[in-house]
Amino acid sequence: MLYVKNLSIGYEGKPVAEDINFSVKEGDFLCIVGENGAGKSTLIKTLLRLTKPLSGEIVFKEDGIGYLPQQTVVQRDFPASVWEIALSGNISKLGVRPFYGAEEKKRTEDNLKRMGIWHLRKECYRNLSGGQQQRVLLARALCASEKLLVLDEPVSGLDPKVTAEFYDLTKELNKAGITIVMVSHDIKAITEFSDHILHIGKENVFFGTTDEYLKSSIAKEIGLGSGEEG
Amino acid sequence: MIKTLQFYFEFTLVRNAFIVGVLIALCSSLLGVTLVLKRYSFIGDGLSHVAFGAMAVATVLKLADQSVLILPVTVITAILLLKSGQNAKIKGDAATAMISVGALAVGYMLMNVFSASANVSGDVCSTLFGSTSILTLQVKDVVLCLVLSTVVIVLFVVLYNRIFAVTFDENFVTATGKSADFYNLMIAVMIAIVIVLGMNLVGSLLISALIIFPALSSMSLLKNFKSVVILSAIMSVICAFIGILVSILLSTPVGSTIVVCDMILFFICFVTGKVKGA
Repeated sequence: MLYVKNLSIGYEGKPVAEDINFSVKEGDFLCIVGENGAGKSTLIKTLLRLTKPLSGEIVFKEDGIGYLPQQTVVQRDFPASVWEIALSGNISKLGVRPFYGAEEKKRTEDNLKRMGIWHLRKECYRNLSGGQQQRVLLARALCASEKLLVLDEPVSGLDPKVTAEFYDLTKELNKAGITIVMVSHDIKAITEFSDHILHIGKENVFFGTTDEYLKSSIAKEIGLGSGEEG
Repeated sequence: MIKTLQFYFEFTLVRNAFIVGVLIALCSSLLGVTLVLKRYSFIGDGLSHVAFGAMAVATVLKLADQSVLILPVTVITAILLLKSGQNAKIKGDAATAMISVGALAVGYMLMNVFSASANVSGDVCSTLFGSTSILTLQVKDVVLCLVLSTVVIVLFVVLYNRIFAVTFDENFVTATGKSADFYNLMIAVMIAIVIVLGMNLVGSLLISALIIFPALSSMSLLKNFKSVVILSAIMSVICAFIGILVSILLSTPVGSTIVVCDMILFFICFVTGKVKGA
């Protein structure tokens, strides 16, 4: 459903990462890893058409992507209810209509229930805990797309317990058939959940299944690896 | 006092003043919430200075209808400012500051050098702080105001859900395949219209107050977007109404009276919000 070939990404003509090749099939759980400044966030922005690629091609089969962004300062004190934010995920389904209909409201309700935050729907977003806020944004992303979710460092700033809960949640969604592309720092946790890994770095780019990744030389360099080869 | 009011309200001019004042207050407060939340407050300020510059040019060119020049210039500047806000080379706020003081300086110079009027500083003062009385509004001003504010209100209601989405998270909107830039553009156009409208009422220096105060007042009390927007509209209209009333009764300048009302209300809301929250 997503196919990337010879992609170079960067800002204002300066490449951050080059020669990226990977593909995502339906139901995959792909993790994008790499050091700080390796271009993970730039890659996500390029995939989402927020930044133009320097060269190469990106082919999408899906039109709508459910995006879970890194939180911005603006959102932390935004006066909006959980319901309003989740409902805004349906924006692309409006077409030319000005207002949301029964179908969008039902979808929002379903997704809030799925995230276990239906009882919080009238609460103000800024008064929620970090984990609850992530669930709201996840519900919104699900309203936008039932097929492909892109999560950008979803657990940064969450405590270990909430992080574990969040991973379980994404794993469940993936089991339900939703394709997930996730950026994370947290390499150890990632290798437990994902089935494919894209590692971007200055010198080497790796793409393959998680098992292949653990056997690769890149994984060894950063202290992972299965240790099969002694 | 009520008798005086009844007496005043028999004049079409006074009624027109109230209609215009209330409409402008309504439009400005609708957009205020979005502007404050998107951290665009400074753009309102910058634009009003540009509108002042455009007005000076229009005066020099002796245009019969100044809005013909002011409106497009302000709209285009609004679009440019929003675009430059996303440009990393010149930061949005610096670009705004540059354009706004530039327009202010050029506008004042033009008015000084070319103006045929005997009272240049009076003219400048009334464009910056609003006419001492909006009772001088002509019928065509009122009609223009009616048309433009209807456009703004209808656009706002129709685009409400999109404006919310873009205000909360632009990137998300782009990711779903919608053009956030287009909605930002619409917001910019609406701000520009509101500012041009508001210049008549409170003047170009004070219009930002009309945009920002009701939004901040309402945000310190409520916690969901729709009610924040509605309350800020109500508060803004009430302040404009009281402001105009007081200015007629006490013959104070209209613009600053309205802004003082907004400030007092903001103070009350802020304190109430803090007490409630604590």
